[in-house]
Amino acid sequence: MSAADLMGFVLALLARLITGAQGHWKGCPPTAEQRVYFANHQSHFDWVLIWAALPKDLRRNTRPIAARDYWTATPFRHWLTREVFNAVYVARTRTDDQDPLEPLAEALRRGDSLVIFPEGTRSNAGDPMPFKSGLFHLAEQFPQVQLVPAWVDNVQRVMPKGEVVPVPILCTVTFGAPLHLSVAEDKRDFLLRARAAVVGLRPRTA
Amino acid sequence: MNLGRLRALGVEQQVALLFLILFGLLVFVSVAALLHALRDDAAANGGIARRFRRDLRAVWVGSVLFWAAWISGPVGATLFFGLFSFLALREFITLQHTRRSDHRSLILAFFFVLPVQYVIVATRHFDLFTVFIPVYVFFAIPVVSAMAGDPHRFLERNAKIQWGIVVCVYGLSHAPALLLLDFKDYEGRGAFLLFFLVVVAAVAQLVQELASRWLRRRPVARQISRSFSWRAWLMGALAAGAVGLLLYWITPFKASQALVIAIVAAGCGTLGEFVMKALKRDAGVHHWGNRSGVTGAVGLLDRVAPLCFAAPVFFHSVRWYFKLSP
Repeated sequence: MSAADLMGFVLALLARLITGAQGHWKGCPPTAEQRVYFANHQSHFDWVLIWAALPKDLRRNTRPIAARDYWTATPFRHWLTREVFNAVYVARTRTDDQDPLEPLAEALRRGDSLVIFPEGTRSNAGDPMPFKSGLFHLAEQFPQVQLVPAWVDNVQRVMPKGEVVPVPILCTVTFGAPLHLSVAEDKRDFLLRARAAVVGLRPRTA
Repeated sequence: MNLGRLRALGVEQQVALLFLILFGLLVFVSVAALLHALRDDAAANGGIARRFRRDLRAVWVGSVLFWAAWISGPVGATLFFGLFSFLALREFITLQHTRRSDHRSLILAFFFVLPVQYVIVATRHFDLFTVFIPVYVFFAIPVVSAMAGDPHRFLERNAKIQWGIVVCVYGLSHAPALLLLDFKDYEGRGAFLLFFLVVVAAVAQLVQELASRWLRRRPVARQISRSFSWRAWLMGALAAGAVGLLLYWITPFKASQALVIAIVAAGCGTLGEFVMKALKRDAGVHHWGNRSGVTGAVGLLDRVAPLCFAAPVFFHSVRWYFKLSP
């Protein structure tokens, strides 16, 4: 077992110990099809939670998106994102000659699955913010890839903004039914529909 | 069979016999359930059968874990119950409304109070063990909370955290403490006490449930539990007493003492379960491990709740009655 495998094992174990990281597959089974999972974003913990909720053999080919400037800044961060999570790096600053979605498209062409947070940033209020258009462009370019909505619940209680130590509280990830771009659907409608699909997975609070 | 003669056996033989009986019974019940399921396919998929299978699986897991705790000795058992405490407290806190300002108090509860309590148990400081949470932690938690500077529902939030700690940590930590309690001429057999407690608590729970279904008495508190009635409770406690009597040879008690102590401990356990039901109603759930998908827990708290309430009463009444010093 390599150091990266060990680190992945320890991280998944920790995530499960602290949050339970239960995956609820409501709309589709956890199969090895090519997918883009898109979820609400409330905390840095979201990615680890989704990753830990996936079955072990799906984790290897399911990749997160990482900001290149931050996640390659130190050797440890670079190692963590490259070796353990197999992240797709994107540039946060936009240059004119390059499509910012190109690294994602590249990964999808190679047959990998992705996890994206279409809000673009973390939202602290109850409802997710409007979705950015990247999801739409991916849906357009890769009609054969399943778009699976997911809701990450309770994670904001585990580690509120500004705290470093997580509190053990149970979290769930609910995966919904795959979405496809309809024939004459425009960008705005599709993004609204995608966001509604994510919000619709939120468990009714007791 | 003369139960008194069993007492004369060596520790090793008694342990072996105990596990033989336990796993023999489990195998018997499992095989019977399997045959029943093969014969009658429709009944096998009914709600009762499914629930029974789930409970049976839980008993299997519990028994295997108990066996593992036994062979790993006092340290292993303490760690094992410490983990249980952690998972139970996690489940309890999940269903309470905590606010951001509770974060530090919760960290204190999970990562300081819980491990320290179990270290105290493992090192047999029973005097400190008894007062650490009721005195020192009771004082420390509100101080940390107040430091967070959020007066909103202050008492309520603190009370919830304190309650969670007392039930999930303090109550449950008495189970490994039983393992380490030393009677005269009974050294090294603490596991039997724990086994005795777990068995009588489980029997009381089971018999009470069956009795309430069979008797259909008017419930004492309909809003809290539709099945709890005094008569069913009494039958559960008496059944536990009878089982306690049968098991007296593994304990340091006389037969009559075993009977009384089993009734008291098991009665407390089922009453504790009743209290947990009230708490669940308050939190708006039926099972602690919400199957509807809010939390995705496994329902551990449901299973350990009787033990959380029975263990301290059992521990302290035994200690007081036999005037044991640590």
